[in-house]
Amino acid sequence: MLNPLEQFLVKPVVNVDVFSHSIQITNSTITFLATYLIILLLTRIACHKVSLVPGKIQACGEVIFQLINGMLISTAGKNSQKFFTLIFSLFMFILISNSVGMIPSVFTTTSHISVTFTLAIFVFITITAIGFVKNGIGYFSILLPKGTPMFLAPLIIFIELFAYLARPISLSIRLAANMTAGHVVLKVLATFVILSGLFGIMPLILLTILTGFEIFISILQAYIFSVLTCAYLNDALNLH
Amino acid sequence: MELEALKYIGVGLTSIAMFGAAMGIGNIFAALLSGIARNPSAEDKLMKGAFIGAGLAEAMGLFAFLIALLLLFFA
Repeated sequence: MLNPLEQFLVKPVVNVDVFSHSIQITNSTITFLATYLIILLLTRIACHKVSLVPGKIQACGEVIFQLINGMLISTAGKNSQKFFTLIFSLFMFILISNSVGMIPSVFTTTSHISVTFTLAIFVFITITAIGFVKNGIGYFSILLPKGTPMFLAPLIIFIELFAYLARPISLSIRLAANMTAGHVVLKVLATFVILSGLFGIMPLILLTILTGFEIFISILQAYIFSVLTCAYLNDALNLH
Repeated sequence: MELEALKYIGVGLTSIAMFGAAMGIGNIFAALLSGIARNPSAEDKLMKGAFIGAGLAEAMGLFAFLIALLLLFFA
């Protein structure tokens, strides 16, 4: 049976035996390296010869810089500027990873919970640490929204605590499930195209439209991850 | 009934949950269109918030899809 989930398997490409331990280079490794090189190239060339009238790649760099900076300042207030590198790195990594995964037969790294959960738990621990360092023990006051009647307080604190702990889970699963679902749907439609033979033109048109939609979703998911991180940062820096 | 048949029935029942996600996204964009109609100069800000809200609402539907996939392919 044609299994649409087979594209998410991590397959070894090179197998090296060193001192009875085998080191494998998988398709996942190659994709991570390619993502890293693309990000490195883009940011280096954008900052190479900085001129007042920007060339093409410098203009791209400036657009992304202004996008992230505007989002960070409008969501998290004026003194959140020092966290710009965190949000920028997250955004660039997720954007390039998702986009590289849209190339046919290239492995999508962010479709694995291991990758996205690492990002999400890293963001969660960072923001909790920032909250405690900046506000001390008063960071617990985010668990009680303003203006709730006092008799509801224990229940509200309990519920808000679980909503707070659900943040890394929802962040990671949102990204991984979006990528997985998109690619599974594309694979299933591709199977329809092949199985329809001569009438395969109809699933092919739908496949084209859905691929375009999937590219839009992959860019949007990077933006949503960054925006949510900025919103949580706003929670930590300015309580309420 | 056999376990296989019950598995497929479970997958079908789980997929009903995406109905909620579709309703949520429809609500968000209905509010977006209404807001643009009232105040066309606020279109950019409204679009930004609408896409973020749509991403959050879509995530709920995708959680249900994830459960359905887990049931289907990993018992």
